[in-house]
Amino acid sequence: MSALLHHPGYEEERLRRLSEQLPCRELQAGMLLSLMGQPHQYSYPSVFIYGHRSSGKSHVMQVLLKELELPHATVSCVECVSVALLFEQVLLSFFGGDAASLLPRSPSLSDFVRVYRQQCSQSPAKQTRYIVMEKAELLRDADANLLPALLRLQELVEDNVTVILLTEIVWDRFRPNTGCFEPLLLHFPDYSKGELQQILSRDKHPSYSAEFYSSYINILLGVFYSVCRDLRELRHLAALNFSKFCEPLAEGKVKETDTHKLWRNMEPHLKKAMQTVYLREVSSLQWEQMQQMEEKENGAMRGLSAHTHVELPYYSKFLLIAAYLASYNPARTDKRFFLKHHGKIKKTNFLKKNEKTSNHLLGPKPFPLDRLLAIFYSVVDSRVAPTASIFSQISSLVTLQLLTKVSHDDQLDSPKYKCAVSMDFIRAISRTVNFEIVNYLYDFL
Amino acid sequence: MSTSSVSKGCFVFKPSAKKKKKTTLTLEDHFMRGCEDAENSEIRFRLCHDLWDKIKTDTEALQDELNRNILDSLLDFTRKCSSTRRHSDWASQMRASEIPTAALVLGVNVPDHDMTFQSLSDLLQQSVTPHVASVQAKECGALKHLMKRVLERLMDTVVDDEEEEEAEQTRAQLNTSVHCSLSTLCAWYNTNTKKSDTGTPGKKRSSAVRDDPLQPPVVIIFKDLEAFNPKVLQDFILICSRYIERLPLMFIFGIATSPSTIQHMLPHSVTSLLCIELFQSLSCTQHLATVIDKLILAPQFPFKLNGKVLQVLISIFLYHDFSVRNFIKGIQLALLEHFHSQPLSVLCCKKKAALLNVMQLGHQDLERVRQLQSFKRYAEKQEAQEQVHLLTDDPHLKEVCQKLIKDLRKYHKNYYPTLRCLHTLTSSLPRYPLGKQIRELHLICLEKNIWENEDYQSAMKLLKMLAKDQLIALLQRCEETLQSVKSKKMKSARVQLGDTLARFKQLDTGAAESPPSVEDSITSPVKNLQKKTDLFQLQKTLLEMNESRRSKKLSPFEVLRNEALQFIDGLVKSHLSPPESQTLNEVCYYTSSATVRRHLNATPRTSIQAALNSPIYYLQNERLKTEDGVISNAAPDICIVYKLHLECGRLINLYDWLEAYATVVSAAEGNEPDSDDFGKVDDVKHARFIRAVSELEFLGFIKSTKQKTDHVARLSWGGC
Repeated sequence: MSALLHHPGYEEERLRRLSEQLPCRELQAGMLLSLMGQPHQYSYPSVFIYGHRSSGKSHVMQVLLKELELPHATVSCVECVSVALLFEQVLLSFFGGDAASLLPRSPSLSDFVRVYRQQCSQSPAKQTRYIVMEKAELLRDADANLLPALLRLQELVEDNVTVILLTEIVWDRFRPNTGCFEPLLLHFPDYSKGELQQILSRDKHPSYSAEFYSSYINILLGVFYSVCRDLRELRHLAALNFSKFCEPLAEGKVKETDTHKLWRNMEPHLKKAMQTVYLREVSSLQWEQMQQMEEKENGAMRGLSAHTHVELPYYSKFLLIAAYLASYNPARTDKRFFLKHHGKIKKTNFLKKNEKTSNHLLGPKPFPLDRLLAIFYSVVDSRVAPTASIFSQISSLVTLQLLTKVSHDDQLDSPKYKCAVSMDFIRAISRTVNFEIVNYLYDFL
Repeated sequence: MSTSSVSKGCFVFKPSAKKKKKTTLTLEDHFMRGCEDAENSEIRFRLCHDLWDKIKTDTEALQDELNRNILDSLLDFTRKCSSTRRHSDWASQMRASEIPTAALVLGVNVPDHDMTFQSLSDLLQQSVTPHVASVQAKECGALKHLMKRVLERLMDTVVDDEEEEEAEQTRAQLNTSVHCSLSTLCAWYNTNTKKSDTGTPGKKRSSAVRDDPLQPPVVIIFKDLEAFNPKVLQDFILICSRYIERLPLMFIFGIATSPSTIQHMLPHSVTSLLCIELFQSLSCTQHLATVIDKLILAPQFPFKLNGKVLQVLISIFLYHDFSVRNFIKGIQLALLEHFHSQPLSVLCCKKKAALLNVMQLGHQDLERVRQLQSFKRYAEKQEAQEQVHLLTDDPHLKEVCQKLIKDLRKYHKNYYPTLRCLHTLTSSLPRYPLGKQIRELHLICLEKNIWENEDYQSAMKLLKMLAKDQLIALLQRCEETLQSVKSKKMKSARVQLGDTLARFKQLDTGAAESPPSVEDSITSPVKNLQKKTDLFQLQKTLLEMNESRRSKKLSPFEVLRNEALQFIDGLVKSHLSPPESQTLNEVCYYTSSATVRRHLNATPRTSIQAALNSPIYYLQNERLKTEDGVISNAAPDICIVYKLHLECGRLINLYDWLEAYATVVSAAEGNEPDSDDFGKVDDVKHARFIRAVSELEFLGFIKSTKQKTDHVARLSWGGC
């Protein structure tokens, strides 16, 4: 296995440990190693590594640089709210705190280069220095000169330094309009089923044998592989369901080797777990509690997504209903719904061309405040005084994200809103106040 | 400065406490100023103050009690999280990279949450970890700010416990370091925990960290998750997850709507970094029910609200805000108003004090007593001789008052237990004729005689249809509620109820023997029916059957059931009469619902229109007095302009408006109507007019329009 990781300039022992820590990524690691060359050799100025989430990009880089004890700085672009933070972290990990403090307040790129060169002349690189940028896609939103400069930082600072960008998007989406130095592209492909199996089997439970855990993973992958290939999610699922898998063992009903029986016992649970893949609804503890509850009551699954019921004050409910109607009905139809003697208007004559598609497919439309209030007053059954609390309820609905404000915050004059709740939600709400919302929706006429 | 209000608008900020000290007026002075009858205002102020203090402590205790469950489980959660981190069992290792998160669902009554979070963070600091920071959305518009707030609060909270010097140092560091990042926090945390590790003795924290001397978790509370900018939150969580191995972080999300907001706000890549556990708090309606139970339906509080006021407060709660805190504030307002405006409220206190205060009443106060509606009614019922006594003899009146106060107390002592009894009986009936909640029943009873209510009668009918075991269970619960009551009448009622129950049970043993005869009488006509009959005969037999069933002899159970219900009915009739029928009820009952509504549920538009229509109310100037519909020409410009605009149609011609305005104003200046200058527009008038119009536009009565040149559109119609 370690045959791939032969490389001059590094100790055999270290390379062996490396390959142990990087299962199924030997090819990529080997490629990287050969790119990096021997420690003292100059390396390629910039490397661009891309691949889907949890395909081992960061892990491989981290293990390589740590195990081989190369000087490196790992920076997450999310954390660097300003470029200053980025520069500071790089300088800090290469030259220590003194260098970082040399940077002026709100430094520019040239400040960084200046300080770097100054420090570098004092302590020239004996080995290649590496700057690893995680979540590099955020660099696109930074200053326009940052990305091109990082790509050829080696030339700028005249030092043996390599910038490695890690991201989930392809290089084509990065390339600036003005063109730039092209980095070396390296793709990390998704793990195959076999590889996933191999990796997942590594974190075995200490009190069970490796074969047992591996057979568990085999069953798990059999169920979930078709819907989910994310390593992290699968690991979460594995941790979540393992105790259930072991249950018959603990009760002494089945032997460890009897995979078939275990499988039969496990399958219904995994099927249930399928419903909540990716939702991360509950922690493991609550999952187990729910499982027990279910055995008692045989009730439906209740995760986070099942708790959609929201209690609202009476007028807030009507405000929300009015907002929903205003969002999904064309303004011209208000007369038809809320006037007593509207006369018959046939839907077909009434339609404009673009309104023929369902408003519910198009999503909510913005409406002004006065239309909301007009509908509200005609929908609510009793006479309501326009009190201050009615208006403050609109604002609280906005903070609760049931309505969204479309117009700018500064615009005091006729603000516009959108209704942000789903059809099911509003139907549940209107049922509690005995309001038949479907009768008032243009789409359901 | 910032506000906790969600509404947009202007807020008045009271000057800070320092400035307040300069003014010499105390609360008491404020209370006395403008107070009805200054003589006993001091006593009233003291009574009011004491009562409010009691209400406040009671409600706070209640709140703590109600929140205890959820707070305890949250504390357990944090403890568990910090302890599993140290354990190295398989399951916790598997999720070592996830940030433990508690999703705390609190309901939409956002104003109430502050208290919960306050006690939560206090409890956490006391028993789990000194590192607690709570952040609110409005102070964290950007990631930078959020980071800064978290760092400030975390470092400061701990710094407070250390010596002063260190505090200075850390603050200085924070200021000098150009960027707040979590790595700073990490470093700080490490030095801090190491320090406490080596054991600097005699610290306050020594007890706090006892739980986990190595790594107390760092808890960050997001008070209002919905209001946070999702992007900010995502980035923050992403950053935190990078440090989770070095820094035992923990989140608590305060959620107002439903837990699914987490999924709406955060993408999977972020939620997968969290290990979320759900905590659901008590619903606010339940909370309100307990508050009402403890505050309103308790005889020990002498201060009461009448039906209308209570209705206003409850409807504000149900219709507008769901906020228990605001409900209690409403009670406070009513309390203040009552003691402030009703001189006889000196008698609204504990029995002994009230009896004492009766003796202290002056002549003027006694005259007030004589003026009371309820007292007049009482006096009318007395004999002529007694009536004269009551109206003229002050010492005699005092004695009578003492008796009446005692009577009122007795009434209350009997009222509440009876109310609870009736509620237990009726709350489980189908369709809830007398309401599901006890507050609804209470409101009905406050309005008028409940036994005249149709719903009451239908409830009684339904009770008569109850099966035996149900009825017995209900009666047993009634007996239990009466058990703790000390009043004589209630005790005897309980004994009687106990008797009835015993007899019900006796029935059980004797029941097996008698029934068959009854069945015979029913079955025989049914048998007849099976024969061939015409329509007429069928009708006849059915009628007969009906007759026979009605006149049918009642079974012993039915007899007993009717007896029991009659007993309950008697209880209701003797004890649940509305308070208005009681003499001297004005002493305890606050009745001005209009005041409460005006203060708590303000109508800005109505008051603006009132001000524009009749400025005299606000300006207190005699010259402004006019008959209805006439514009006083001395009124402020905006009022004149407003009145004139009421006469116009949808579009208003500005020039006509200006002319009309000039005419009115000229009259005010005292110009002769015949002179040339009359009604002429000069520059000053023109400017005043323009200003008034723009003010009107600002208030939202008109707006500019492009439909016609030189016209504005009118926006409001009809009176208010």
